[in-house]
Amino acid sequence: MPWFFVVAAGMIGYGLVDGLVFAPPDYQQGDAFRIIYVHAPSAWLSLFSYSTMAFAGAVALIWRIKVGYAVAAAAAPIGASFTLAALVTGSLWGRPMWGTYWAWDPRLTSELILLFLYFGVISLRQAFEDPARGDRASALLGIVGFVNVPIVHFSVYWWNSLHQGGTVMRLGKPEMPGSMLWPLLAMLCGFMFFFGAVLCMRVRGEILLRERQATWVREAVQA
Amino acid sequence: MSVGVFRAMGLILRRELRLSFRRPDQLLQPLVFFLIVTTLFPLALSPLLSLLRDMAPGVLWVAALLSSLLSVENLFKSDADDGTLEQLALSAQPLGAIVIAKTLAHWLVSGAALVAMSPLVATALAIPTRAFGTMLASLALGTLTLSWLGAIGAGLTVGLRRGNVLLSLIVLPLAMPLLIFGASATDRAIGGESPAGALYFLAALCVFTSSLGPLAASAALRITLE
Repeated sequence: MPWFFVVAAGMIGYGLVDGLVFAPPDYQQGDAFRIIYVHAPSAWLSLFSYSTMAFAGAVALIWRIKVGYAVAAAAAPIGASFTLAALVTGSLWGRPMWGTYWAWDPRLTSELILLFLYFGVISLRQAFEDPARGDRASALLGIVGFVNVPIVHFSVYWWNSLHQGGTVMRLGKPEMPGSMLWPLLAMLCGFMFFFGAVLCMRVRGEILLRERQATWVREAVQA
Repeated sequence: MSVGVFRAMGLILRRELRLSFRRPDQLLQPLVFFLIVTTLFPLALSPLLSLLRDMAPGVLWVAALLSSLLSVENLFKSDADDGTLEQLALSAQPLGAIVIAKTLAHWLVSGAALVAMSPLVATALAIPTRAFGTMLASLALGTLTLSWLGAIGAGLTVGLRRGNVLLSLIVLPLAMPLLIFGASATDRAIGGESPAGALYFLAALCVFTSSLGPLAASAALRITLE
């Protein structure tokens, strides 16, 4: 786990310095495009966290693996934070580019729905007095809500959207020069590692909390 | 004694319908709610007919969504309170079939009644008569989809004391694509364009939720009943 943090810090550090200082300004958007180095990874991670959560929930429901619930419970708040970060950075980006903080555009709206889904999953888990039932119910909701993930991802292609199309994740050559692309990819990987690190940390906390009656936890705490 | 699945579904459907007709207040509440909500918009915004016509599809759909949400709360609640639901879940019939029968009954008394009433509201909101067909079709498909989504939400929240707020938090995000396509279908028909694309999408959503909804809702019930 410390390794995850080290790698994440290194990649985010490189991405930030290279992206914010050395990458050339965009010919259309000027320096304002640099917010992409935070915005795109957050948006990507908001979907990735949701998929992790739904997948962990499915694993836990189908094979009755208790760690899956812990992973799903740990991933939900992280994913909600990334979604919020993507929405906030996106609206800050939208102000100089589109002249508005918010537009009722398919991608923005579906990302907002994703945030509400996270809220639903989190509060459904907490609504049950019996944590085991809360776990299963919210895992099921996570799986049902998974239909939204492809909608968010492809909304740019399906509808004529104000939001610009994808420039990195596509077959063939990315529509971006290397000097801009490398810091972005570094940020993306850095965010992934950061997510992994925080997830491990939170899962550890969840497991300790859930197994607080078990002997091995007591021994570990006392040691 | 064994009863076939379809016979059991028919029996449950009849039981549900009979129960709801014995309690006419519960039957009428969502419809009256639908009427009142649609009446609020002209009062709050403007009684100008041209303006109303522009907003009418959205108003109709939001009102339908809220009224369906209001009535779906009772889908499993009274049966869960008196233990009938547990007996049904323990019976030899598959829970999915029971969920289908109950949800269809819910749709007949709330969704279909709402569709039947919508021309009245549409006339009041100055929707032209040529858009009625599209509006009825989109509302019929949409309310059925809403009933399935509501069944999933109601199944997940049935054992909870303060489940109603949570129910809306769960169902509303899932219902948003429905709202978009439903309102745009009616909107296009009012403007004289072809609403086929949006209607096909609504039909696809309806088929999708009708096939996977019973599975998800019965899985939800199994979780909350255990």
